[in-house]
Amino acid sequence: MSFLKRITITALAVATLAAGGAARADEQYFPLQSYRVGPYAAGGTGFFGGFIDYMTLINTRDGGVNGVKLVWDECETEYAVEKGVECYQRQKSHADTAAWNPLSVGIAYAMIDGVTADKVPLITVNHGRTDTTDGRVFPYVFPLLLNPYSETSGIVNYIASKEGGLESLKGKKIVVLYHGSPYGKETIPIYDLLAEKYGFTVVQIEVPHPGNEQGAQWLQIRREAPDYVVLRGWGVMNPVALTTAQRNGFPVDHIIGNVWSNSEEDALPAGDAAIGYTAITTQASGNQYPVLQEIIKTVYDAGQGNLSDKSRIGSVYHNLGIVNGILNVEAIRIAQAKFGNRTLTGDEVRWGFEHLQLSPERVKELGAENLFHSINVTYDNHEGEGYVTFQQWDGKKWNVVSDWIAPDWALLRPIITKSSEAYAAEKGLPIRTSEDADKVTQ
Amino acid sequence: MDWFGFLFLIEVTIGGLLSGVMYALVAIGFVLIYKTSGVLNFAQGAMVLFAALTFVSLVEAGVPFVLALLISAAIMVALGFAIERTVLRPLANRSPMTLFMATLGLSYIIEGAAQIIWGTEVHRLDLGISNAPFQVAGVFISTFDLVAAAIAGVLVAGLTAFFRWTRTGLAFRAVADDQFAALAVGLRLDRTWATVWAAAGIVALVAGLLWGARLGVQFSLSLIVLKALPVLVLGGFDSVLGAIVAGLAIGATEKLAEVYLGPFVGGGIEGWFAYVVALLVLLIRPSGLFGQKLVERF
Repeated sequence: MSFLKRITITALAVATLAAGGAARADEQYFPLQSYRVGPYAAGGTGFFGGFIDYMTLINTRDGGVNGVKLVWDECETEYAVEKGVECYQRQKSHADTAAWNPLSVGIAYAMIDGVTADKVPLITVNHGRTDTTDGRVFPYVFPLLLNPYSETSGIVNYIASKEGGLESLKGKKIVVLYHGSPYGKETIPIYDLLAEKYGFTVVQIEVPHPGNEQGAQWLQIRREAPDYVVLRGWGVMNPVALTTAQRNGFPVDHIIGNVWSNSEEDALPAGDAAIGYTAITTQASGNQYPVLQEIIKTVYDAGQGNLSDKSRIGSVYHNLGIVNGILNVEAIRIAQAKFGNRTLTGDEVRWGFEHLQLSPERVKELGAENLFHSINVTYDNHEGEGYVTFQQWDGKKWNVVSDWIAPDWALLRPIITKSSEAYAAEKGLPIRTSEDADKVTQ
Repeated sequence: MDWFGFLFLIEVTIGGLLSGVMYALVAIGFVLIYKTSGVLNFAQGAMVLFAALTFVSLVEAGVPFVLALLISAAIMVALGFAIERTVLRPLANRSPMTLFMATLGLSYIIEGAAQIIWGTEVHRLDLGISNAPFQVAGVFISTFDLVAAAIAGVLVAGLTAFFRWTRTGLAFRAVADDQFAALAVGLRLDRTWATVWAAAGIVALVAGLLWGARLGVQFSLSLIVLKALPVLVLGGFDSVLGAIVAGLAIGATEKLAEVYLGPFVGGGIEGWFAYVVALLVLLIRPSGLFGQKLVERF
């Protein structure tokens, strides 16, 4: 999007808010706490670009969701928590908010109490606090598709599949190189637990933020001589990890990236050092999927696309934004089926998310077959049992190299429940039942 | 310590020293400006980002490598002159805090302008320098880091020659020694400052290219100032030699601390350990190891 276009849209958004911030009766509003400048702008422009492109497709092709137009405005956070909270305070005055999608662990953490009081869903697709998966304790928070523990389990299962099965993990050594932040540290206990269960050794090494110098960490890794390194990075930490691994002679095809180390922006700057690098994902990249083709035809060919660089259509972050758009729109559609084809309250949309069950067949109908697998959200499982796949970088693009893999949810669920129930006890929160979940504020 | 452990110690030390050269590259830009004008230029990191983004965008637009380098150098010189003329000169004789705040503001302006002009995408920068390591007696040494150290060496030699054997360089040294005496003998302070800002722009370009090849050209380049600050405190804000020696010392110390102390405290200590060293030096020798001692008489 050009600078002038962005200024114009921002001015229009400000004018709309100044005019009272009320949505029309046939509109559903999405506040977008986006980040298009700053250190994480590449991820922000891709994700929010994809989200907006999908909403534009729904408005243009279908006239909205059952006649209800989707509207949004953007508030720049630069990925900073204080700016994200400012945006929340400013945007929450708008009527008929469907859901928040800040794409930031820090901002999401800061909003949990607020959105719970407001009764508006907070979507943390592929990230967030693991225990918010337990919707009995966190009714308005949805770490859709993949929480950090499921990601860990998916990665360990993938390594096991490469080694010949879970039994073959015994005696192996895995180093986890993690970002020095709450996000990076979230999976420390689960790696320890899985190491104990499957008999491998795990060594977890922290990289201080932002991660632009990792010589010491990779020397430690060389000394440890692990079978695999799991890269749990973010931003600049990822390409630096790959180039430093090459400088230390560690084979790149034995580095497995997590879901925030899996984009073009992570691999491309590393050049040859990234060729053969593999990473987990919940959504495949590429623009061959019918929904992507429709976006190109209906949105971009009409000059309404959000990405200024069309070569980024179908990139990892763009596709994640599109999948996020599908999940938000389908939650509204499901809620409309119960409450009527009209503008919904935040609590009604919450009900929609808690019944967001998209089978592979429904995903195919939406034009997203093989873009993502399926989702099965319930009132007490806000992650929704997303499947993962693995992709490998060939120097120019990602190629899918595995089937869809299910994390070990049965193993993880008791740990999540224990954590969420402890949180509920500490905060004096009630544990919801399915009957509670069906009570909706209109 | 066994033989393997000893080799590992050598490897960590060499890796740290080579990283330290990269820190020193950024620190030199600070030193040049501080030495002549007493300004701690917090915008040096933003200048590094701007320089690298300019170069890589030109190359991606199809401009040949050498021409892109020359155009980028010209732009950085122009930027240096413009900053001196529009920001620093009007604020001459203001307090150091005012000047520091001005450069802090400048930092945000340059970062914002760079992103508006060149966009926010992450770019690959290939300087044609191999990233593969080679082994000497079982110790891995990075080719890229060695070449970067050589380039830094050439840069320092060039700057030294410039300031020792050219008229402008002599003026620079005179201003650095005593601004009022330099003014009294007819030297133009504004010209000297403008030249130094231009030189800092060139240093930012060199640092931007080498760091950009390491990290990718992206916003995080501006954060490398955080690596330069402890180097400046240790070496002294007004010594090029101090920046080099302190860069080496900080690089080696933080790597040794991370590898040998880190495991006892949970790891991830190198980011702040450099500042521990800097703080200790501040307590013992406030002007740094090579900085000029300030003597004030009342």
